[in-house]
Amino acid sequence: MPNILVVEDSPTMRQLISFAMKRIANSRVIEATDGVDALKKLSSEKIDLILCDINMPVMDGLKLVSLVRGNTIFKDIPIIMVTTEGAEEDRKRAIAIGANAYLPKPIQTQELIRLVNTFLGGSGT
Amino acid sequence: MEKESSYLNKAEEFIQMFKKGEEFTKDILRENEKLRFRVAQLEETIERSGDEARTKLYDERIRLLELELNSLKDKFIKVEEENKDFALKYLDVEEENNNLANLYVASYQLHSTLDFSEVLRIVVEIVINLIGAEKFAVMLIDDKTNDLIAVAAEGIQSSDLLRIKIGEGIIGRVTKEGESYFAEDLSVMHEFKAFEPIVCIPLKIKEHVIGVISIYKLLTQKSGFNNVDYELFNLLAGHAATAIFSSRLYTQSERKLTTIQGFLDLLKDKPKR
Repeated sequence: MPNILVVEDSPTMRQLISFAMKRIANSRVIEATDGVDALKKLSSEKIDLILCDINMPVMDGLKLVSLVRGNTIFKDIPIIMVTTEGAEEDRKRAIAIGANAYLPKPIQTQELIRLVNTFLGGSGT
Repeated sequence: MEKESSYLNKAEEFIQMFKKGEEFTKDILRENEKLRFRVAQLEETIERSGDEARTKLYDERIRLLELELNSLKDKFIKVEEENKDFALKYLDVEEENNNLANLYVASYQLHSTLDFSEVLRIVVEIVINLIGAEKFAVMLIDDKTNDLIAVAAEGIQSSDLLRIKIGEGIIGRVTKEGESYFAEDLSVMHEFKAFEPIVCIPLKIKEHVIGVISIYKLLTQKSGFNNVDYELFNLLAGHAATAIFSSRLYTQSERKLTTIQGFLDLLKDKPKR
């Protein structure tokens, strides 16, 4: 059962992404409202994939990605950025820091499911 | 001498007879050869006629198999077309499903609270995350002045947002007529003008307009609107209006309740003479 950590300050987006993730067989969604909350969830749960926003209070998504990549235990967890920042330089910056994929909002649910399945090694629903 | 002549005659007769016998034997042999040849010919004919019958049979079988193959090819083409049709329908259903999920989430979130500022925050979230707007404002009709004033905005300085009179410009007209406005040319969004949004949605409770959502610019990655955006605009027009209206009433009544409660507490505490 893959555990997917959704790091997003917007309750609307958290609910929407959780809805989409329910369509990935046996997946379980764990929600975090910012980077600090995400680090807490990472230390208490076994996470298989992170879906992360960039603009968040307390700790933003880019900081979270760099911390995760710098940690020996979490460094291999795939991270997909889901953000309103759609410029090419934002994408390049996130990938350079360590994000595996970059999905600008508003998200296409099929595209999100396809990406998640790619990193979880599944075939989709 | 006579005896000798008789022997010679007999020898001659014998030789003649022998020759006749030889001739006869040769004739039989020739006849035999002819008959052998004839038999061989007949055997070949019989064999050939057998091959022809078999060939005819095989031809017939090939013809039937070809018919069957063609029929299977036709069926395969039909099944493939049906398959393509199903795949397209599946994609449509999938898209519809995703759109419904978006609408459900938006609607659920809008009605999840009775706190006015929280409702406004949710409206802003929906417009940013689900529609993909970068610059927009939520404007409500001020009960006292009957003008539109901004109560929430994103990507715009509050000083840029002016009071707008009902009926004035695009926003005022949308408020007055209650009909959504969509600019034909989205290139105008690159220059911010407070009176010229690219989209203006009236917030309506039945036919009563309480305000508008004016969008001035979309996110870089968003080039235009699709079906679900129009559905979301419709949803916002109705549900956001109801949520904003209810939460505002609730907040006002809460405030009144607190004031009345304060008075009651004051009366209770008033020393008796």
